[in-house]
Parts: sequence; structure tokens; C-alpha cells
Amino acid sequence: MSILVNKNTKVITQGITGKAGLFHTRQAIEYGTNIVGGTSPGKGGTEVDGIPVFNTVAEAVAKTGANASVIYVAAPFAADAIMEAVDAELDLVICITEGIPVLDMVKVKRYMEGKKTRLIGPNCPGVITPGECKIGIMPGYIHTPGKVGIVSRSGTLTYEAVHQTTSRGIGQSTAVGIGGDPVKGMEFIDVLKLFNEDPDTEAVIMIGEIGGTAEEEAAEWIAANMKKPVVGFIGGQTAPPGKRMGHAGAIISGGKGTAAEKIKKMEECGIRVAKTPAVIGETLVEVLKEKGLLEKVITSPVK
Amino acid sequence: MNIHEYQGKEILKQYGVKVPEGRVAFTVEEAVAAAKELGTSVVVVKAQIHAGGRGKAGGVKVAKNLDEVRTYAEQLLGKVLVTHQTGPEGKEVKRLLIEQGCDIKKEYYVGLVVDRSTGRVVMMASEEGGTEIEEVAARTPEKIFKEVIDPVTGLNPFQAQRLAYAINIPNELVKKAAQFMMSLYKAFVDKDCSIAEINPLVVTGDGEVMALDAKLNFDSNALFRHPEIVALRDLDEEDEKEIEASKYDLSYIALDGNIGCMVNGAGLAMATMDIIKFYGGEPANFLDVGGGATEEKVTEAFKIILKDPKVKGIFVNIFGGIMKCDVIANGVIAAAKQVKLDRPLVVRLEGTNVELGKKILNESGLNIVAAESMADGAQKIVSLVK
Repeated sequence: MSILVNKNTKVITQGITGKAGLFHTRQAIEYGTNIVGGTSPGKGGTEVDGIPVFNTVAEAVAKTGANASVIYVAAPFAADAIMEAVDAELDLVICITEGIPVLDMVKVKRYMEGKKTRLIGPNCPGVITPGECKIGIMPGYIHTPGKVGIVSRSGTLTYEAVHQTTSRGIGQSTAVGIGGDPVKGMEFIDVLKLFNEDPDTEAVIMIGEIGGTAEEEAAEWIAANMKKPVVGFIGGQTAPPGKRMGHAGAIISGGKGTAAEKIKKMEECGIRVAKTPAVIGETLVEVLKEKGLLEKVITSPVK
Repeated sequence: MNIHEYQGKEILKQYGVKVPEGRVAFTVEEAVAAAKELGTSVVVVKAQIHAGGRGKAGGVKVAKNLDEVRTYAEQLLGKVLVTHQTGPEGKEVKRLLIEQGCDIKKEYYVGLVVDRSTGRVVMMASEEGGTEIEEVAARTPEKIFKEVIDPVTGLNPFQAQRLAYAINIPNELVKKAAQFMMSLYKAFVDKDCSIAEINPLVVTGDGEVMALDAKLNFDSNALFRHPEIVALRDLDEEDEKEIEASKYDLSYIALDGNIGCMVNGAGLAMATMDIIKFYGGEPANFLDVGGGATEEKVTEAFKIILKDPKVKGIFVNIFGGIMKCDVIANGVIAAAKQVKLDRPLVVRLEGTNVELGKKILNESGLNIVAAESMADGAQKIVSLVK
């Protein structure tokens, strides 16, 4: 089992004829993802690598029965692409695009109210259920099917966590990159809820960073509701205030959103926080041992 | 992106937000001429730098005649102002705003931000004008009032009036204050601001509601649709290395330490700074070369890091996903050759094509220390710069 995506997920790529869209669609297919089509306005009726291309998402959904989409459309048009996917009533939309104006995302969030679609991102690496479905830009080969869920605001730190678990023989149920923007789709709590209900997820790694208060809110939710152990890491302990650290959302403003505050709150809520990014895997093993879960979670030979 | 106060006020004026009459001056003569033109008995001479706290640092002076304007302009132009936002090195004043003085009855605060938890723009207002909002929030949070704005309707008149009543704007001026707030919101949305702060907003003796100061920040993701805002960029206010980096689409931020960092991915770049600090070192910069870096980009990143004379060593930390380790390795070698690398370099590679990347580095003949892991790399570079 897993969350959000599995071998039955039927995916279309929005922006399939662009450079990034095409490259990552090919990578996804190679991994085994069920890509059933793509969109590129004006190129409807053509094919790319044998995949049908449509002018609109509505048409792509009608013809292919897709239930998820991944967006590689350029930033100025990406918000519209998300709304098009929401309008087509897809279950899941994953937006990889970086650099969408924040007020465009404010409109998108408003548009999504009352609609059934879940949004991951923007500005994220995507979602992968190892061995079944890879949607996004993460390197597939570092993953292993297993029982640890990962949720993160950062792409490369997700890869670090995946690598550190895989190399200890610990596989992942699903790894979700929620993205580095301030206004986005699913937040930590939304993903944690799914992991909590997933019978095959035994523990969760949550990776946050400076800016906002999503980690604090998630920590409180975990203390009140989470049935499974959670291990954390927060990036940006040395970040200066007032500077945007690469991600649009990674900024300490008005003295709020520091790593120290987040770590304090997480520890108060019973989350073991890794001291450095190099010991995320080690910290997880420590906690799993204490809870007697390690045997259950080791799913593959140690690499 | 930040702009100067006078530029912010010019934008607000276009939206009907009332501001005092003012002129920008780059020289003492321009300052005196501007004051003459304004023709009021009292003018305010305000240093224009991209930082708050100018008043407390002596950057705002009230002049009662033209001689005083001259004296203050001479004092301020070329002066290095140190405020709580500039850092200890301060910022040199190169522009002044010469503005009509006004008869202040009371000061208030009005601000707009994008609130993450609601995903909406929120207007905040307080009766405690002139003080920093963070201070008010810490001391008397009950004095801050908020309205969450639906992007479909914008700030509704009833919301603006509710705020105006809440912060005790005099009854007869509530409608004017509400209009002020609605115009401010319109400017915020039209220009893709990320922050708009009016502190203080004032009511005057002759019954006006005015922005006495204006701080506008813009969403850099939206600058592609605002060439008129890009034109207001003042490169004097930015770090030279950060300007250079932005030309190559590299995300770079200068810090105070002596270990240069080159990393892929913003999260890992931050975490790399953290682990350097954890092992007792100090990072000299944040640098994310991005997911799709080319050899050229890596070379430029290297040059920018080495331009900083404080840098005593470099730590390259790459988790190659999309970005392949052999590409990074080639970039590192090309750069090291071009710039005649004279400082210790530690490289940690992991991910796609890692063996090939390591092989390229080993066979380069360059003095590169290979690290087995992130922790190993951080420890090695920290000991090498000591």
C-alpha cells in the first residue's frame, strides 16, 4: 500500500512537448509509471513516443481516463494549467513548475475551494511510490519499496533522506515533496493524515525548513493524532533573517519562521529531530529500534 | 525585490493613495531646489536606503528653512547609515527624499502580506503607528486587527471600515481611511507586491489620511510581468556577487563566514550551511546551482565564490538526481583551471553517475579532497580552513 499514487494511477503530462516535460515523461515511463497521454495546446492529434497529445486536459481525460496530471508548463502559464486540471476533476495534480507568482497561487487556492482535486506543489520534486509510480523529477533508482513515508518541502533533501534510508535497507511507502512555495497545495498535515491511515506506513520522516509555521502546526497535529513515530529535520538553522534562501517560502520575516522555533516545537511534540542532514537515516533507525519497529521496517538487504 | 520609499510613494499616488508632496534629490543643490519648489515652511529630509529604522539611525531630519535643508543634505549624502536592518557595515546614503512637512495628529499602522496558512492576502492595522509591527505583535497583540481578503471580491468596503473603526480612526475620517486601504490593496495586487507597509499612516490637522512612509516589496516570481518595477531596481543596494549570480540564474546569498559552498537544491544548500556550522565552521554563502545546471553555470558559480576574499576553502556538496555527477565534476575542473584555484576544495558527490564523477575528479591532477559523505566533507573543509 501507499498514499496518493500507485500502479493504477493513470497520468497525463501537461506541457508534454516542452523540454522538461518530455525528458521527465520519458524517465517516468522508464520507471514504470502509467503515462496515458499529454497536453500541449495546438499540438492535439499528434503523438510523442507513441503517447497521444491533446489540446486540452478535458479532452485528454475523456479519451484516456486519466486520474492524475503532472505539470511542467512555464511559470507564467502554470497557475492556469493547475486550474484547467482542477476543472477536469482529476483526483491529483502535481505541479513541478518553479517561479509561479504567489498571487496567482492565491487565486488557484480560491478556485480549488469545494473541488475534489488534491494539489501537490508547485515548486516541488513530485511524488513517488517506489516500484509502482513515479511522478516528478526525482531520480527513481535511489528508492526502494518499503514502509517509511517521507514528506518534505525540499527536493534534494528528500533525495538525501531516501538515500539514507535505502542504504540502511529501509524502503519507502511513498515520498512526497510538497514544495518550497509559501502558498501551495497539500501541506504537511494533509500528507501526514494520509500516512497515518495507510496500513503499510510504519513511520514517517518530515523535512521542513525556515519560513512560515507549517512545521509547528504539523507538530501539534502529530502530538494529538499521529499513531506512528515521526522523525524530523529542519534546514536553515544558519540562515540570516530577511533573505529568501532559494525557495520563495524559505524566509525568516519579522523574526518569525526560524529553525530554532520549529525544532523546539517539534521536540516538545515528541518528534526526534536529526541534528544534521547527514544523520536523518541514523535518527530514524534509533527511533525505530526504541519502538521495536526496526525488524518490521527493514525490507531489503542493506546496500 | 525592494525599492526606495520615494519610488513606493510614486506608485501609491497612481492608485489614489494620499502621500505628502515630495522630490528625490541626488545632490545637495537638488535637495535645496526641491525644498524651494515645495514651498512649505517645514520640509523633511529623508535618507533613501533599502532598510528600515532610518529615523532612529538619524536618517530623517526636519528642516525649518532652506539653510537647514542644505546642512542636513550635506550631512546625509555620503553618510553610512547603520540601522538594525543594515547589519554593522551599514549602507551609504546616495539619494534623499525632500518632502513637505505635515501636521500630524496621530500615527497608525496598515500593512498587507500574503498569509501562508489561509493562502490569502491579509490586511493588518493597528493604532500603534510608528512602532515596528513585530514589536506591537509581541507586546500588545490585541492591538493588531486583521482582515482576510477574498481574491474574488478584493478588500470589501465593510472590511476596510471595520478596520478603521477597530483602530479608532476619528469617525469623520473613517470613509477616507477605508478608501485609503482599498486603494492600497489595489496597488498591492496590481503590482504583485509581497509586502506593503504603511508605517506610519497619519491623520493630519487638516483632516487628511496619508502615507507618511511606504515600504513595498515585490514578488520576484512576478517581475516578468512588471518591467516598470524592474526599472526601479537600485543595484547600489545589492551585493555585487548576488547581482553577478542572478545573471546566471544562480541563487546566491552572501554570508559572513570563510567556507564557500556550492550545492544543488535550496534545501540541501541550507542544510550544508548548517552542517558546516555544526562542525565548527562558518559558511561564506548560500549557493544553489539548481536542478539543471550546466558546466558553464558551475564554472560561473565557482568564480563568484572565489571572488569573495574572505573565502578560505570551498565545499561542493552535490546530490545528483537530474544533475549528473560527471557534469558537476567537469564543471568543477573547468572552473578550477580557469580561476587558478588556490584554496582547499572538498567535493562530496552522491547520486547519478557518482562513480564516473569521482573518477573524473581523481584523474584531473587537481588538488581536490574527496569526501565519503556529507558529514565527512563538512569536517574535512572545516579542518582545512583552520
